Amino acid sequence: MSLFRKMALVIAAISVVILSGCSGQEYNMREGVTEISREVYSLHMIAIWVCVAIGIITFGAMFYSMFAHRKSKHPNPAKFSHSTTVEIIWTVIPFIILIALSVPAVSLLIKMEDASDSDLTVMVKGYQWKWEYKYIDGDDNLGNDVSFFSNLDQASRDQSVNAGSGFSGTEITDDNYLLEVDNPLVIPVGQKVRFLVTADDVIHSFWVPDFSVKKDAVPGFINEVWTKVDEPGVYRGVCAELCGKDHGFMPIVVKVLPQEEYDAWYAEKVAAAEAGPDLNERTMSQLMSEGEAAYNKYCSSCHMPNGEGNGPFPSLVGTEMVTGEGSIEEHIDVVLNGVSGTAMQAFGNQLTEAEIAAIITYERNAWGNDTGDKVQPQEIHDIQNGGGE
Amino acid sequence: MADHKPKGISRWLFTTNHKDIGTMYLVFSFIMFLIGGGMAMIIRAELFQPGLQFVDPNFFNQMTTLHGLIMVFGAVMPATVGLANWLIPMMIGAPDMALPRMNNWSFWILPAAFGLLLSSLFMEGGAPNFGWTFYAPLSTTYGPPSTDFFIFGVHLMGISSIMGAINVIVTVFNMRAPGMTLMKMPLFVWTWLITAFLLVMVMPVLAGAVTMMLTDRHFGTSFFDAAGGGDPVLFQHVFWFFGHPEVYIMILPAFGIASAIIPTFARKKLFGYSSMVYATASIAFLSFIVWAHHMFTVGMPVQGELFFMIATMLIAVPTGVKVFNWIATMWQGSITYETPMLYALAFVILFTIGGFSGVMLALTPVDWQYHDTYFVVAHFHYVLFPGAIFGTMAAVYYWLPKWTGRMYDEKLAKWHFWLSIVFVNLTFFPMHFSGLAGMQRRVPDYAIMFSDFNMMSSIGAFGLGLMQLLFAWILIKVCILEKGEKATDRVWEDAEGLEFTHLPSPAPYHSFETPPKID
Repeated sequence: MSLFRKMALVIAAISVVILSGCSGQEYNMREGVTEISREVYSLHMIAIWVCVAIGIITFGAMFYSMFAHRKSKHPNPAKFSHSTTVEIIWTVIPFIILIALSVPAVSLLIKMEDASDSDLTVMVKGYQWKWEYKYIDGDDNLGNDVSFFSNLDQASRDQSVNAGSGFSGTEITDDNYLLEVDNPLVIPVGQKVRFLVTADDVIHSFWVPDFSVKKDAVPGFINEVWTKVDEPGVYRGVCAELCGKDHGFMPIVVKVLPQEEYDAWYAEKVAAAEAGPDLNERTMSQLMSEGEAAYNKYCSSCHMPNGEGNGPFPSLVGTEMVTGEGSIEEHIDVVLNGVSGTAMQAFGNQLTEAEIAAIITYERNAWGNDTGDKVQPQEIHDIQNGGGE
Repeated sequence: MADHKPKGISRWLFTTNHKDIGTMYLVFSFIMFLIGGGMAMIIRAELFQPGLQFVDPNFFNQMTTLHGLIMVFGAVMPATVGLANWLIPMMIGAPDMALPRMNNWSFWILPAAFGLLLSSLFMEGGAPNFGWTFYAPLSTTYGPPSTDFFIFGVHLMGISSIMGAINVIVTVFNMRAPGMTLMKMPLFVWTWLITAFLLVMVMPVLAGAVTMMLTDRHFGTSFFDAAGGGDPVLFQHVFWFFGHPEVYIMILPAFGIASAIIPTFARKKLFGYSSMVYATASIAFLSFIVWAHHMFTVGMPVQGELFFMIATMLIAVPTGVKVFNWIATMWQGSITYETPMLYALAFVILFTIGGFSGVMLALTPVDWQYHDTYFVVAHFHYVLFPGAIFGTMAAVYYWLPKWTGRMYDEKLAKWHFWLSIVFVNLTFFPMHFSGLAGMQRRVPDYAIMFSDFNMMSSIGAFGLGLMQLLFAWILIKVCILEKGEKATDRVWEDAEGLEFTHLPSPAPYHSFETPPKID
């Protein structure tokens, strides 16, 4: 088989396989739902076609030469080895093409970086491995009326772990697998929303492809990015910067609502915040069942569902801090305030009193720990409000 | 003159011969290539389907981290140093490298460096898991205890590279045969000379970065910690000031290889020799002022983003010049397609595809969508695998007969080439699509809309992995089993360069003890 037959065969084989994957799968950038994202998309398409055109010319010349100037057809090689004119031409032309490409890019970039005159500001904070959204009220700076955490949904978590092992696992069919959260970010349609992006621990990156928004969340620094969404809907993104073990498991879901619905949602959130925390006393079985649910949501990805830990993450089964005499204060302290320099976060700012009480009770009584200790939401509330550290 | 060399292991431990040291570098890099490749197989097995089927996410992160570090510092860089050792003295008519004892030392540091790095896999808390770019604070405050072994490993690799680079610079400036002026040097020597300057300029910066990490971790400094007045983004600036020239450190020697091979098999002089030299130097210069294009999303001032965008796009100009020169070299030549030529041509085409995605990535507004996705993974694997690694393979096939005195098995080599071409594209081309569709990098699990492209990439990767075993067999046949017909002194019909025109095959243990005459 001649060289060129082989080459044709190879190109055909690769294209058939790859194109067969294209059908029914997304294979290009999304146009998105904002003016900016559409401009980004068209710049992307221009760049692709410029590359394709240059590729056709360059590779066309190359393939022609490979074919026409092979030894069997062209036994006597030419002698030339430079030509100043040609060399100047192929230095100047690419230069001009690049300048032409950079013109729309420059103006678009300046537009994307202009977050002034926004209608609404939301603080986005990355944690290992969840997001916090805080609505910053324009009237009383940092009036933290509404803020909440957004975690990967339990269904995705379960499917990921239960996918079986080896090449013949259970097939996952859920369209929103790894792209669903418990509490989505909610913003109004048609308003310029400014995001102040930061992080609590390591660098994360807030990415919503449909908005063409990607900004790193850097601990200790605040970055600004904005969007103005044209159509109501649910838009999904992910954390784009490696942030540790569960980097692939902290999606972003943004629900864009019409203004009235957004206002109603916001009023409901404000009312809930004003009502204060639920500090009702619970029975042991209530604490255990609430605790199990909360543990699986917030703790099990490091300490594992069986409590035995994994690698750098310590076991909670029979360890001094969990079952030891009089260890309960230290246990509460670690959960509330974290352990600095490790992945153990200060959950006191993240979870409700009821969740913390239930988790601690669950940890002290599950997996054969059986200490019989019970922690009530009120105790946690007292410690957090001056009673303890 | 007879060869004086100790027998057995001490020949290799104490050798100061550039050919022995070159061989050791090449063997070492091939072993590292297989280890790093094995890690890639684990990564691709896990990504074969959505869901966690093989490894847990923490171990997956260790694999991506070590895969990157081993391939960059253990496979690609030592391979090009090995080629430099073998070829530069022969190409410039020198008896050996200028600093032969340092040469020995710079090689023997490497096994220690990678011993330290790989030993971290067996430590409590696992190996480094923060990606080969080891961004703070994930690698400082949050790094596993084994991070310190990684830091010292990187220090050793840096020392080794700096010594190797100094050796190249000193050799090229002092050891050229009379009449071998700078502008008569083969392009491989030129590209390596420029690479060596890049190395001595940026490896100390990397050493600075890991030292700051070390003091942040253990001695109470806060270079990269905002709580103490530092800045995590400073780490990225320092790292990429090293990291961007580093990508040219990996690719420039391959440019030199293509510039040696294409003229031989086109039976025509290299087109535009001096513009090739100037283009290489311009690329090297520009590589110092574009580092922040890796960081368009960190929150830079818009003026900074504009500068780095434009500067980055400029690199396409000298790179284009090189590609056009190679094509003009082939133009009206008389081309035959032995394996080295096939690899060199595949290098030109596929590296250019990586260059195209590079120009797209340079456009800051669109980069916000590409950044940290599989589109980037596709981009840098195109410039590294069919770029730097195919370049190295082309060099091995091209010079192996000169090194060993025997021809490799051309039939098997053709199989190796054609199947590699299929698998390399099957592995990396679909990554463009999964990245554009929104799949982020460095994740062990993904949404189901990416599953078809990932399955293709995985199948391609397994095939590509197998191909390296075939490559090993081809090399074993020639080097150890000593099979294959004897090579002529010229090896290839129209090969140019002192190593082909002035030396027998195999090249003697000591060559050019009296310098050749060059007109």
